[in-house]
Amino acid sequence: MVVLRGEILVRVLLDNISKFFGKVKAVSDLNLEIKDGEFVAFLGPSGCGKTTTLLMIAGIYKPSKGRILFDDEDVTDLPPKDRNVGMVFQSYALYPHMTVYDNIAFPLKLKKVPKQEIDRKVKEVAKLLQIDELLDRKPAQLSGGQRQRVALGRALVKEPDVLLLDEPLSNLDAKLRILMRAEIKRLQRELRITTIYVTHDQVEAMSMADRIAVMNKGRLQQYADPQTLYNKPANLFVAGFIGSPPMNLIEGSITERNGSYYFETHSFKYALPRDIGSLVASKTSEVILGVRPEDIRVIIDGRGSSDSAIIGTVYVVEPLGRDLLINVKINGVLIKILAPTDIRLESGQKIMFTINRAKLHIFDKKTGEAII
Amino acid sequence: MMRVGIRKRKTRALLRRIAVIAVVLLIAVIPAIPIWLMYGWIISQSFSGRVILGILPSKLTIENWRFLWSPITMGEKEYPNIWPITLNTLFLALGVAGLVVLVSSLSGYALSRMDFKGRTGMMQFIIALHAFPSVILLIALFVILNKLGLYGKGFMTLVGIILIKAGLEIPMATWIIKGFFDSIPWDLEWAALVDGCSRWRAWRSIILPLVLPGIGAVSIFSFLSGWSEFLLVFTYVAQEEYYTLPVMIYHMIGEFIHIDWGMLAALGLFYAIPTIIFFSVSQKVLLKIYVGGVKG
Repeated sequence: MVVLRGEILVRVLLDNISKFFGKVKAVSDLNLEIKDGEFVAFLGPSGCGKTTTLLMIAGIYKPSKGRILFDDEDVTDLPPKDRNVGMVFQSYALYPHMTVYDNIAFPLKLKKVPKQEIDRKVKEVAKLLQIDELLDRKPAQLSGGQRQRVALGRALVKEPDVLLLDEPLSNLDAKLRILMRAEIKRLQRELRITTIYVTHDQVEAMSMADRIAVMNKGRLQQYADPQTLYNKPANLFVAGFIGSPPMNLIEGSITERNGSYYFETHSFKYALPRDIGSLVASKTSEVILGVRPEDIRVIIDGRGSSDSAIIGTVYVVEPLGRDLLINVKINGVLIKILAPTDIRLESGQKIMFTINRAKLHIFDKKTGEAII
Repeated sequence: MMRVGIRKRKTRALLRRIAVIAVVLLIAVIPAIPIWLMYGWIISQSFSGRVILGILPSKLTIENWRFLWSPITMGEKEYPNIWPITLNTLFLALGVAGLVVLVSSLSGYALSRMDFKGRTGMMQFIIALHAFPSVILLIALFVILNKLGLYGKGFMTLVGIILIKAGLEIPMATWIIKGFFDSIPWDLEWAALVDGCSRWRAWRSIILPLVLPGIGAVSIFSFLSGWSEFLLVFTYVAQEEYYTLPVMIYHMIGEFIHIDWGMLAALGLFYAIPTIIFFSVSQKVLLKIYVGGVKG
């Protein structure tokens, strides 16, 4: 990497920003710090405010409230051209009347970089992204993956302080997406540019980002590294959004009998460890129990059976290749279980299973917040 | 059994095709025949001394085109040389086209892309403006021209007419161009802003090249309307040397006693030439539509 300056370390701070479009609150009171050189993903369903936030960082939208700081400097009122950010749009937004070369050179031309240097940098970036064969083409003559690389090149060539990526992979086919996922991650590691990546695909976010900001309805739900998000979701939304197949969420209540605590639904009763039970019972009685499909173990032939085992009926079995996804019904409540493929099960068969108590999640039904 | 069915269906398909062709002929081709006949007449008339049955030329001559190199006389009356008149017309048409394109490409952008108070009201008002034909404005416009000192000032009167004509064309042109701006995704403009453009620069370097088809359309329309403008020139221009072609042709037809059909046909053909050139050039250059590249 000769031309592209390494170690561009800019810290981005979102200080209590909000954005309203008329009466619609697109983003509310968002506080977020993106460390220098960090790769952060904004994750959430469509309409959650993640792209709006990105456009505010780019300077396209002005926050209705709050400040945006780059390295402790307030950039809230700076127009996009003075922020030195690079951005890749979901639609790529390549200039259709320019060749690939001119597209990539455009930001440098605006910076009044000498012609020879522009030429050198464009060629260097093109080589880095393996599009040096395409420089004379127009965007209309490129495939989706090629356009994506050109858009990335245009964002990178200006050596941005912050790189913003708005769902850059969503228009690619599945195979190419996985390829580009690794490519972008490698590029970010190599160039160490502070990067913000917007996506609605949790797998993308989990596999690429250092930290993930999960958003819903304009509000930040949780901001943590992928492992923490997975193991310790802060609320019901994060629990349900992260993970595939999704976490089983079962409504019920906490009851106490003779010093023992139970999670009880209309269809089954499950004994809770005393410490967990008393902690939850001290806060609320109406709860939602969350357990990931891989944290449930099917008991075969009664081996390893215990008093906390639950009995259910196999509803349907979905082979996923690497493992089986077993849908079990317990009086109307459907639970998904991931099991090794060597189990033979038929629909309608009765089975027993146990839940890994260390991986149990309990949420307050009213607030949705995690209790444990 | 099966075969009969297919044959029947084949016949029906054939009949349907014949019907379609008949309708096309009836609607698109037959009405065009008189128009083509008229063009044929004008061309053959302009190059012949005598015309048989109104269409067959005889006695090939370029005598009818003599206005190109000598003054035009009809009976007693001598008309000004054709070339200054042509230049006047060209000046008027290009002036109108230039002004219309300049203003409407900016105002169309503003109406399409910028958020300001009264935007919707303004758009409705613009359409209402177009409802006024210039005839009913003749007197009011005369007063304005007079006040501005543009009436009866020869060349400056033509400038005044350019202003009026452009003013009448701009509302519609703005609407047309606005539609083209509307079709450009915001992403493109945002990308330009992030890449380092000011809003003005983004408009000039990115957005404008993408609405060239619209600008082409508007410039053709406004050029043609300037080129064929009759009423305003006829009303406001007093001196013969500042006539435009339509007005001169009108005056020549007016001299009914001495009318020279051959020369009039040649003059008409001459009048149509710049239009054809402008149309074909702007169509090739400006109507190059960029397809794709915007969405993935």
